[in-house]
Amino acid sequence: MKTLADLRAVKEKAKQEMAMREQSAKYRISVAMGTCGIAAGARNVMSAILDEISKRGIQDAAVSQTGCLGCCDQEPLVQVTGADNNTITYSKVSPETARQIIADHVQAGRVVSEHVFNMG
Amino acid sequence: MHRNHVLIAMDAHTIAQGARAVRDALKRALDMTSLTDEVKVIETGSLGIYNRGVVLVIFPDNVYYVGVKVEDVAEIVSEHLIKGRVVERLHYTDVPVEKAAEMGAAPRFGKQQRVVLKNAGVIDPESLEEYIARDGYEALGKALTTMKPEDVIDIVKKSGIQGRGGAFFPTGLKWSFAAAEEAKQKYIICNADEGEPGTFKDRLILEGDPHSVIEGMALAGYAVGADMGYIYIRGEYRMSIERLNRAIQHATENGLLGENLFDSGFSFNLEVREGAGAYICGEETALIESIEGKRGEPRDKPPFPPSVGLWGMPTIVNNVETLANVPQIILKGADWYRSMGTEKSPGTKVFTMVGNINNPGLIEVPMGTTLREIIYDIGQGIPEGKGFMLAQMGGTTGGILTEKHLDLPMSVEALREIGSGLGSGALLVVDDSQDVVELVENFVEFFNHESCGKCTLCREGNGRLLELLQRINAGKGRMADLNLMEDLAVTMMKGAFCGLGQAAPVPILGCLKYFRDDFVRKIGAAEMAAAA
Ligand SMILES: Cc1cc2nc3c(=O)[nH]c(=O)nc-3n(C[C@H](O)[C@H](O)[C@H](O)COP(=O)(O)O)c2cc1C
Repeated sequence: MKTLADLRAVKEKAKQEMAMREQSAKYRISVAMGTCGIAAGARNVMSAILDEISKRGIQDAAVSQTGCLGCCDQEPLVQVTGADNNTITYSKVSPETARQIIADHVQAGRVVSEHVFNMG
Repeated sequence: MHRNHVLIAMDAHTIAQGARAVRDALKRALDMTSLTDEVKVIETGSLGIYNRGVVLVIFPDNVYYVGVKVEDVAEIVSEHLIKGRVVERLHYTDVPVEKAAEMGAAPRFGKQQRVVLKNAGVIDPESLEEYIARDGYEALGKALTTMKPEDVIDIVKKSGIQGRGGAFFPTGLKWSFAAAEEAKQKYIICNADEGEPGTFKDRLILEGDPHSVIEGMALAGYAVGADMGYIYIRGEYRMSIERLNRAIQHATENGLLGENLFDSGFSFNLEVREGAGAYICGEETALIESIEGKRGEPRDKPPFPPSVGLWGMPTIVNNVETLANVPQIILKGADWYRSMGTEKSPGTKVFTMVGNINNPGLIEVPMGTTLREIIYDIGQGIPEGKGFMLAQMGGTTGGILTEKHLDLPMSVEALREIGSGLGSGALLVVDDSQDVVELVENFVEFFNHESCGKCTLCREGNGRLLELLQRINAGKGRMADLNLMEDLAVTMMKGAFCGLGQAAPVPILGCLKYFRDDFVRKIGAAEMAAAA
């Protein structure tokens, strides 16, 4: 490290990895990981979400897992909560849809309406 | 990218409770459930929760678990990390410090404010990158590329920071003395001897955030023109020593220590020196003797170390906590530092609270926080419904504070006014079921053991005091002993060679002043029994 710019480059990279501990995430993404969700493929959805976030260098998203939401036939379920505390629930999410949710909703702020599930 | 970070506190306390075994079990369980790519296990310093066994916190959920045993690991993984359900039976909600703070800001929770401890329990102390992520080495980079050494000293002076080793000497002024010396070699020494019983703040700073001290030393080196530093640390602090050595190695490999840092022409190298745990070796000149390989006995002062120190060269000796403050002062400025604490004692102070207290441990508060707030709000009061008898502020040499001092602000000036001090920051809380005279005997026993023997007043004085106290506690005391003790104590204070002998009588005189009745009662009972 010879310049402040070198130092800042290391800093930016490390910050992304640590972002989840800062609790400053704009988007909280939670994947339902009950037995039903896992059976329907939630594990692969989770992997796709994590991969897409890191590929896109998104820093203000936190990912967590939750239990069965009581809509087992709609699994895998993914919920995205924004800074306004509004939660959008997506159902029957495939890994591809999950990547789209990250790209459109989390990065660009556009809800992926064709996959939104109304929990009623 | 990981979806969860599990931070497990790895300090001497939690390791004794089995933190390493829990960590290993956790890593195995994650491996077995193929979660290693999604969940990262990070070892961190103290999380600020004491006496609760192994402590860990899961992010981003910010859920704390305490008393975690190897048997609990499978459940935490299958319930929390796979299914997202909190394991209530281990869940701890009384979190001491809000970690949910913005990058770099000082998190506040209730009356605590974390500056020195901002990274402890937040980052992996063995990761240079995590330190850098939280503004680490930015102050050094800024100083070396945009500031002159005088500017660094100037900010430190203006910040008003005073040394946290116990004497509260203005740090900027000390640095300016060494800077003014013409010498072909100067040294920076970090005093991590921490021999004061009940004090463990420096250990937890070093365990939790070793790079902050290293960066502080490099800044001190740049300010005064020193290219070599030593960290003098007690040998028992194995974990601090390991982490320091690793941190020095990482910093060196990444060009943050060594030659020509940030292409500025400034070089700085660091070595760790282990002490053998003698209390006197915390005194700066005895410490210097010890590094030189001699017997740890204090030198005559003046000359003071900033002009004649290690191997006769200008030397700055600063405490761990002092140095850990420096990078943030350089980065955020003197005004920021002065916005905390009192006019005459800016900044925060780290205390270790021990004794009869519900919530013991390491805390950091703005200077000027009252004793009542520390004991009753942060420490959550005295256990078993007992009353407060006294507090000893500053370790064994610390002054005695009583009920009437509860609303006294804990600042250098307020304590100086009542003839006391903040000392090392150890706060011993004693409830009203304890025997003061026995407590005092206990203090004196320590000094009698730790006196280096160089001067008569300390060597003989502590011995005589101990005899007198033993006699009183054995029910053979005489009223005349009280005046004799006072005489002896005052003489030692005035005449002992170094701070050890001068400060040893402080708690004795304090107890004689505020709790004389307890002594009189004990002696009175003894005299009556003898007369009968
Ligand atoms: C008997 C005795 C023991 C001391 N022990 C320590 C110690 O363990 N750690 C420490 O930092 N300072 C200790 N000091 C104070 C040091 O002499 C010195 O003042 C201090 O390291 C300077 O650093 P500062 O300006 O950052 O406070 C001790 C002093 C005396 C008289």
